[in-house]
Amino acid sequence: MIEGLLIGLSTAFSLTNILMVLGGCLIGTFIGMLPGLGPMSIIAIMIPVAITIGDPSAALILLAGVYYGAIFGGSTSSILINAPGVASTVASSFDGYPMSRDGKAGKALTIAAIASFAGGTIGAVLLMVFAPMLASVALLFHSAEYFALMVVGLSAIAAFAGTGNVAKAMLMTIVGLMLATVGTSALFNAPRFTAGIMELQSGIGFITLAMAMFALPEALYLVLDPARSKRSGDGGKITNLRITREEGRQIAPVIGRQSVQGFFIGVLPGAGATIASFLGYAVERNIASAEEQKLFGKGSVKGLAAPESANNAASTGSFVPLLTLGIPGSGTTAILLGALLALNVTPGPRLMVDSPEIFWSVIISMYLGNLVLLVLNLPLIPYIARILAVPRNFLIPFILFFTLMGAYIGQNNSTELLLLVGFGIMATMLKFADFPLPPLLIGFILGGMLEDNFARSMQLYDGVSFIWERPMTMVLLILAAVLVVLPGLRTWRARSAQRRGVSTPD
Amino acid sequence: MTLDRAIALFFMLVSLLYGYSAWFIMDARIPPFMVQNPVWPSSFPKMLAIGGIFFSLLVLISPHRPRDESDIDLSRWAEYNYGQAIGLLALMTAYALLLLPLGFLAATFLFLMLGSLILGERRWVLMILASGIASVGIWYLVQEVLGIFLRPLPAILGA
Repeated sequence: MIEGLLIGLSTAFSLTNILMVLGGCLIGTFIGMLPGLGPMSIIAIMIPVAITIGDPSAALILLAGVYYGAIFGGSTSSILINAPGVASTVASSFDGYPMSRDGKAGKALTIAAIASFAGGTIGAVLLMVFAPMLASVALLFHSAEYFALMVVGLSAIAAFAGTGNVAKAMLMTIVGLMLATVGTSALFNAPRFTAGIMELQSGIGFITLAMAMFALPEALYLVLDPARSKRSGDGGKITNLRITREEGRQIAPVIGRQSVQGFFIGVLPGAGATIASFLGYAVERNIASAEEQKLFGKGSVKGLAAPESANNAASTGSFVPLLTLGIPGSGTTAILLGALLALNVTPGPRLMVDSPEIFWSVIISMYLGNLVLLVLNLPLIPYIARILAVPRNFLIPFILFFTLMGAYIGQNNSTELLLLVGFGIMATMLKFADFPLPPLLIGFILGGMLEDNFARSMQLYDGVSFIWERPMTMVLLILAAVLVVLPGLRTWRARSAQRRGVSTPD
Repeated sequence: MTLDRAIALFFMLVSLLYGYSAWFIMDARIPPFMVQNPVWPSSFPKMLAIGGIFFSLLVLISPHRPRDESDIDLSRWAEYNYGQAIGLLALMTAYALLLLPLGFLAATFLFLMLGSLILGERRWVLMILASGIASVGIWYLVQEVLGIFLRPLPAILGA
C-alpha cells in the first residue's frame, strides 16, 4: 500500500494534475450552485473536455474534482436559497436554510465545508483500506461471476433507485441494455439494430445519452416550471465564516459517525449519497438529547453537519465498486465509468495491478480535492455565489448549448445532435412519469460488458450450464432475483393486508 | 390512461419489435459457421426482449401510485411554459441541421440569441454581446485549446 501511495503521490503532485484538481473543484462549485444542475449533468458536460486531455489519470482527477465541487456547490445553494440542485443535498437545506435565514449563512457554509471535508477525507482513508481488499477477492472472479455480479449490481440499483417502483426501474435498466446493443458489436463484428442508418453503426454515444438523460430534462424543467427558477433571486449576504469552539465540539462526533456510516452506505450499489444523507440526518436526530432534538429543522448545527459529512463520505464510497469491480453503483460513477472506457481504461480488479498510478492518483486527488474545497473555495464563496444572480434567460440557452456541444464533440456528427434532442424529449417525459433515469444510463454503460461476459461464459461452458456449475455465479444470481422480488412482495403483502382491514405497522 | 402506463405500453411495443427483429430478422441472417456456436448475436437481445415485455406488463398492471416527495411539482402543470420549451427544442433541432451549413460561429451566435429571445429577453445589446463573446470564445477554446476542428464559417465560403 505504501508503494502505491508513493506512485499516487508522484502522479497527483505533477503540475498538470494539481491544476486539474483546482480547476475541477472550481468549475464544479460554480456550476453545481446553479439550481437544477446536479453533479451528473455537470460531469456529463465536462466529459468531452476530460476525454480530449487523453491522460486517464488527469482526466479522472479532473472529473473527481468536478464531482466534489458540484456536491459542495449544491450544498451552497441549498443553504443560501433553499434550492437544492441535487437530491443528496436536500437534507442539508433542512437546517442549513434556517441558519442562513437567521443571518448565519457564513457559519452554515463553514460547517458544511468542514463536514464535507471530514466526510470526504475519512471516506478516502476507508477507500484506501477496503478497495485493495475487495480487488484481491475480485481477481478470483471469472467471466461467469462477472456476468452474475453485473446482474446483481443492476438489480440492486433498480431495487434501491428511490422511486419505490422496482418494475419501473427494471424496465429502465432493460431499455438501457437494449440501447447498448445498437451498433456494431465487437463480439460478432456485425451491426445490430441500426435500422439501416449509417451513423448508428458506431452505436449511440454515451455522452449524448448522459446529456439527454440528465442535463436536458433538468434544463427543460427549469423552462417549463417558472416557479422553480424564481427561487434563485436573492444571493444573500455572507458574512462571518467563523464557528465557535462550542459548536465545533458539538459537531465533531456527528461528523465522525456519519462519515463512516455514509461511506458504507455509499459502497452499496444504488444506495448512494441521497440515502446516506437522509439516513444520517434521521440517525443523528434520534440519538440527540431531547432538547437538541427540538432544534433540528430550526437551524441545528448537528442537523447540518450530519447530511453534509454523510453525503461526501458516500460519494467517496461509491468509488469502491467502480474502481475494484468496474461496476458503477450510481449514475455519477456510471458516467465516470463511461469516461474511463472512452479513454481505454477498464476499471476492475486488474486496474490496481495493471495501472496502479490511476488508482492511487485518484485517491490522492480526493484528499487534494477536499483540501482545495476547504481552503480555496470557502473563502471564495461570497464571490462565487454571485453566479446565482445570472438571469435564467441567459443561463438556459447556455446549458442547452453545452449539451449540444458535448454530444457533437463526443461523436463528431450532427445526427448525434438529433438523437440528443429525441432522447432528451423521451427522458423528460420519463421524468414526469416518475421513471428513474439513472438505471437506464447504467444499463447502457454496462450493457457491452454484460453481454461480453455472458457470451464468454456461454462459449466456455457450451451453453447456460455455467449458472449451476459455478456455485458463486448461482448464489449471485439468486441474490439478484431476491433483490428484485423482495420489495414487490412487501408492497403486495401490505396491500392485501389493507384489503383485509388490517393496519400494517410502518 | 396515466402517463406512466402509456410509456409502459410504448416500451412494450418497442420490446416486441426488438424481439421480432432478434428472432426473425437476425436469426435468418446468421452465417452458417456460427450456427454451431452456443451464443448467437441474437441470444442476449432475446433475453432483453423477454425482460422488457415482462417488466412493461408489470408496470401496466400494477396500481398507479404517485410519489409523495416527488422532485417534480405536477400540480401546476397547467401553468407550464410549453411554448417556450417546444420553441427551444425546435431551436436545438435547427442547430443540429444548420451547424455544418452555417458554420459554428454563425450557428452558435444565432442559437444563443434566439434562445434568450424565446425565454423573453429583450435587452438587445446585452444579448448580442453575450452571444457574440461566447460563440467566439468557445470556438477558440474548442479549436485551439482542445484541438477539435469546428468549421467556423459557412460552408459556401469554403472555409
